[in-house]
Amino acid sequence: MTDIVVFVETSVSGELRPSAAELLTAAARLGSPVAVVVTTAPLDASTAADLGALGAATVFNAVSRLLTTSLTGVQTAALAKAVEQFSPAAVILSNTLDGRDIAGRLSARLGAAVLLDAVDLRLDAGTIVATHSVFGGAYLTESSVDSGLAVVTVRQASIEGSAPAAAGQLTSVEIESQPLTSGVIDSIDDIVVASNRPELRGAKTVVSGGRGLGSAEKFVLVEQLADALGGAVGASRAAVDAGYIPQSHQVGQTGITVSPQLYFALGISGAIQHRAGMQTAKTIVAINKDEDAPIFEIADFGVVGDVFSVVPQLIDALNSRKP
Amino acid sequence: MKIVVLIKQVPDTYGERVLSPDTGWVDRAASDRVIDEINERALEVALTYKDSAKNTEIVLVTMGPAEAKDALRKGLSMGADSAVHILDDSLEGSDALATATTLAASLKREGFDLIVTGNESTDGRGGVVPAMVAELLGVPSLSFVSSVVITDDRVSGVRSDDTQTLQVHAPLPALISITEGSPDARFPSFKGIMTAKRKPLSVLSFAELGAEHPSARSRVVSNTERPARAAGRTITDDGSAGSQLVDYLVAERLI
Ligand SMILES: Cc1cc2nc3c(=O)[nH]c(=O)nc-3n(C[C@H](O)[C@H](O)[C@H](O)COP(=O)(O)OP(=O)(O)OC[C@H]3O[C@@H](n4cnc5c(N)ncnc54)[C@H](O)[C@@H]3O)c2cc1C
Ligand SMILES: Nc1ncnc2c1ncn2[C@@H]1O[C@H](COP(=O)(O)O)[C@@H](O)[C@H]1O
Repeated sequence: MTDIVVFVETSVSGELRPSAAELLTAAARLGSPVAVVVTTAPLDASTAADLGALGAATVFNAVSRLLTTSLTGVQTAALAKAVEQFSPAAVILSNTLDGRDIAGRLSARLGAAVLLDAVDLRLDAGTIVATHSVFGGAYLTESSVDSGLAVVTVRQASIEGSAPAAAGQLTSVEIESQPLTSGVIDSIDDIVVASNRPELRGAKTVVSGGRGLGSAEKFVLVEQLADALGGAVGASRAAVDAGYIPQSHQVGQTGITVSPQLYFALGISGAIQHRAGMQTAKTIVAINKDEDAPIFEIADFGVVGDVFSVVPQLIDALNSRKP
Repeated sequence: MKIVVLIKQVPDTYGERVLSPDTGWVDRAASDRVIDEINERALEVALTYKDSAKNTEIVLVTMGPAEAKDALRKGLSMGADSAVHILDDSLEGSDALATATTLAASLKREGFDLIVTGNESTDGRGGVVPAMVAELLGVPSLSFVSSVVITDDRVSGVRSDDTQTLQVHAPLPALISITEGSPDARFPSFKGIMTAKRKPLSVLSFAELGAEHPSARSRVVSNTERPARAAGRTITDDGSAGSQLVDYLVAERLI
């Protein structure tokens, strides 16, 4: 069977990122998954076994001390080595900052074409076909590469299911030289997420707040409703710009794209760029005091009212249902 | 210091954007065309440096159809010194690698100390062209950075997502791609608009770059428009909206 190389992202301390499972699932549909993991110290057997359980037939561990000082350089070199060794049909990466950076470097280095931000991957008569959701889900397109290796990035939290467990056979290489074309990392801070709310990407329920919340203090109302519903917290760009919440919560054209079962828009006007990130939600609920707000054009249930009176009522009603 | 800013003209995100049914490419004629907002911020990064280091030269480069000239004129009116437009029918429908190959060839010809780009374009949303360009030119790149600091011989920035925050730097010559975390761009001044018309804008064909089209390419094989979303029910709060909403969520089995 053709090999499919998967780039597995890890935290600084070497824990697998959740995208590993998705990428291996996608890869297993196309061929035999080779998981490439880059670490500063040799990978322990249990992590290789974990990757095997997630579907990796082979685990290719590139070890380099330079990982924490060279910006994506070691990872690109490791993938180029894996391509040389396995002659895969595709290299699959997550559509993250690192994933896209490495995909671009690798594609240019090897002269391989890219398929970007795939929401699905399948094999069609031997050809790898990627599905993309374009212009905020207004279009679905499919693409493929004409010939040779395909370098593919996959949108986070978009691949469903799981791959059958495989051997997870561990092989290692060392990467020593400093890649000339890398930026230099001066320091790394892992962000520790203290909350037990679900991740915004892939959450079944998302509660987002906009400029209508008025201040960072009052934005807590959004979090309270999210917690009452067990959902994730999102925001409009205006709320991010006003400093109510960090940019990593931004939903929309230049933020995260979500497609939950239930999306709440609180004090959000529904500008087209915001809609581009959430209009594929199954059900949309909007609360806004302006009856002409464009968000009502796409809301399944709209409430014309003040968030500061409607949302507390809603939270009370939700809490009183709980046993 | 010579800073080249890569500018892309895109369909205005404020309007409806259309894919051509037969090619799956962006139908550029169907929407208003604007300079991508992220590229205005990229130019602002260069202009801010020039404010403090007057002997800085800022060159804009775009690859695109004839109308992309308007994006360059806007950039010139904001304060860039000159512009290069790569215009060639053979470039229509270019994928990321073909675009990067063309841009890299023009950058080699132009020369640079620093290249500033947007992190991702609003039409393609690929976000890989900058890394490709840097790789093809053999220079280090800092992708997806904000809080950019430029000095004579190096550039630094902060690169952050929901998992990590990195402090990064690179010696010049280098490429950076900046995020929306970079400040909003200035408006063109009246004087800027008047002098923009006299600033040099050169047009180059692909052949003049002496590059070759890459042999590998990606292709759109199908393209389906999704039906637009329709509005549902809207109520006006009379004090009972909260409980009506809960009833709705229960009926829809959402809670
Ligand atoms: C290139 C580009 C990319 C962009 N990307 C994004 C993106 O990714 N995400 C994004 O969201 N935007 C994005 N935008 C910005 C977008 O155009 C809007 O400016 C933004 O979405 C507006 O946010 P908002 O709805 O919170 O603010 P506003 O438009 O100011 O709306 C606030 C709403 O709150 C309502 N309100 C006020 N007080 C109350 C109250 N007490 N109770 C109930 N309702 C109240 C008001 O009636 C109003 O409708 C982008 C723009 C551009 C040009
Ligand atoms: N055709 C183009 N002409 C000039 N610059 C471009 C072009 N395409 C992409 N870029 C640059 O690369 C950045 C990222 O684009 P992309 O990789 O296409 O998402 C843009 O913000 C531009 O700075």
